[in-house]
Amino acid sequence: MAYRHFEFVEKHVWLLGILTAVMVSLGGLAEVLPLFVEARSVKPPENVKPYDPLRLAGRDVYVREGCYLCHSQMIRTLRFETQRYGRFSTAEESAYDRPFQWGSKRTGPDLARVGGKYSDDWQRKHLLAPQALVPESNMPAYPWLASAAIDGNDIAARMRTLRKLGDPYTDADIAGAAAAVEGRTELDALVAYLQGLGIANEPQPVRTSALAPSADGRQP
Amino acid sequence: MKTEYYNDHVVRLFLFASAVWGIVGMLLGMYAAAELAWPGLNLGISWMTFSRIRPAHTFGVIFAFGGSALMGTCYYVVQRTGHVRLAWGRLAEWTFWGWQLACVLAMTTMPFGITQSKEYAEPEWFIDILIAVVWVAFGAVFFATLGRRRIHHIYVANWYYAAFIIAVALLHIVNNLALPVSLTKSYPIYSGVADAMAQWWYGHNAVAFFLTAGFLGMMYYFVPRQAQQPLWSYRFSIVNFWALISIYMWAGSHHLMYTALPDWVQSVGMAFSLVLLMPSWGSAANGLLTFNGSWHRLRTDPAAKFMVISLVFYAASTFEGSMMAIKTVNSLSHYTDWTIAHVHAGSLGWVAMITIGSLYAMAPRALGRPEMHSRRAMELHFWLHTAGTLLYVVAMWIAGVTAGLMWRATEADGSLTYAFIDSLLAIKPYYAVRWFGGVLIWLGMWVMAWNLWYTAADARKKLITPIPVPVPEPVLQQTPPPLPAAG
Repeated sequence: MAYRHFEFVEKHVWLLGILTAVMVSLGGLAEVLPLFVEARSVKPPENVKPYDPLRLAGRDVYVREGCYLCHSQMIRTLRFETQRYGRFSTAEESAYDRPFQWGSKRTGPDLARVGGKYSDDWQRKHLLAPQALVPESNMPAYPWLASAAIDGNDIAARMRTLRKLGDPYTDADIAGAAAAVEGRTELDALVAYLQGLGIANEPQPVRTSALAPSADGRQP
Repeated sequence: MKTEYYNDHVVRLFLFASAVWGIVGMLLGMYAAAELAWPGLNLGISWMTFSRIRPAHTFGVIFAFGGSALMGTCYYVVQRTGHVRLAWGRLAEWTFWGWQLACVLAMTTMPFGITQSKEYAEPEWFIDILIAVVWVAFGAVFFATLGRRRIHHIYVANWYYAAFIIAVALLHIVNNLALPVSLTKSYPIYSGVADAMAQWWYGHNAVAFFLTAGFLGMMYYFVPRQAQQPLWSYRFSIVNFWALISIYMWAGSHHLMYTALPDWVQSVGMAFSLVLLMPSWGSAANGLLTFNGSWHRLRTDPAAKFMVISLVFYAASTFEGSMMAIKTVNSLSHYTDWTIAHVHAGSLGWVAMITIGSLYAMAPRALGRPEMHSRRAMELHFWLHTAGTLLYVVAMWIAGVTAGLMWRATEADGSLTYAFIDSLLAIKPYYAVRWFGGVLIWLGMWVMAWNLWYTAADARKKLITPIPVPVPEPVLQQTPPPLPAAG
């Protein structure tokens, strides 16, 4: 093409703007749009319910505290990953996750299947003072969670918003939300959320077979 | 005819803001880095905890420091290359205050847990709306100024600023679509895998258009100015422009290799990431070759030195990025500090250095002085920043590769060699080195602020006179395009 064709673009700001908008849209149209369509077909497994009120509150604490900045929830399809953390993560497992919490950095281990790996008591102590249980850890302590109560009306409002976005909460679920979190702290909620990871979002709760303890008997 | 003057008032405001935000954003980064080495430093206080301040650090350096520098230089460049005063001066000044308000709101809410948790898009919905409104106003001022330009040809720096404005608006709005529960909490309209793809399409292209296209706009104006030579190849810059803006948008899925994202999207992302190396190196080469014939300036001009090293870092980190998008390499690098090394080679090496170089080039002109107050302070800043960046990046490379190798190490019987905590113990010393690198960089930002403060002495006393716009004779056929105007 002769230079004058380019020259026309270089001298007309409206054309430059339109062509730029077209060029930057192509990648998204090709990659993101099909996924939105595909995502509609990603259904959670039959017997998996959306987060119950306590776990929902715990999940929102997880998001608020920024746990995703050091912990992923996405076990990759690599042998050394499945060996350490359990079966690889699937799209169905995070179908109710708004926002997704796959993470991008592991300063600590992956948590996609941490549910049931430690006792409730261990999780509580660890969140309040990680170095008391794992002296070498560089995880910060989250002592304020133990004294923060959960507002039942707020959780009900959150469930109503999620229902508008398509999560199948029933009227009974929402009506029972306040009672379900009555007297519970943010620490209780976060532990409930963690203990459900890899269990409550799975069709079969049996999943420990893929986990082998490492040679020295420590947790992998 | 009434004389027209450049509007440098709003440019000076952004210059001041970016110097302040640089110090604030990097202080947060330095403290976050210290907390990873010494976890007790959060002192049990929620809003001082690593996971709460890390988003404030990234927002502070990208959008507050980088954003203020980009908007300020954009207003400066579009006036100089079009020989025209900025359109809608009051709206332009409003974009300054609107942007500062958005930055203050974002950085004071995130440490208190008001976050969407989408990386680099953490601020909640009400701040997102403010950002969108300011952004549209910024675009309106920019395009209206281009519309009134007296130079018929649109200089290439403006192309990059235009793409930066258009694409960031698109990315910001699509990724932040959410339904509010209350003022401080919302849920995104996407869930799971669709949310992941939308987020990394955004996250990657925030790097592409905020941290690359915008700063390339800065580079294409200030590098020829500082080298005092025309761009090495003007047409090459245009070819690179179209290639860069179209290819970048396909590469976001390389952040999700081996995940539950459909395999074809991962492969397409990897392929486009490799192709992306060409326009990236093309832009870097064009900038570096512009110094051909004036390399001797590096002996005497610290601003030029910042620019040259920034282009070297740009070439190096885009090469690294393309390599890390190869699935095999990504299986080692992903989730480790190698990613942190890569992003800081890009942000401290390329983005911060081209910004600092451009601010040193622009500040004396915008502040009515022949040169910066102290050249020795600029030299000191250069060495503090370069040494700090190298310490940071090398420490994180070693930490990342070490952790990646330890995670995949297996014994002869197939069992894993190391527990997770072993990898943390192995890399902990490098977290201290990284922190020290950050300290050097932060001290450098103080040196720059001190230097700018004294360079601005006349401006503070209102002793400077506005610069008149040179009104050229109308030229109908103007090929090849004109050089950027002096002044």
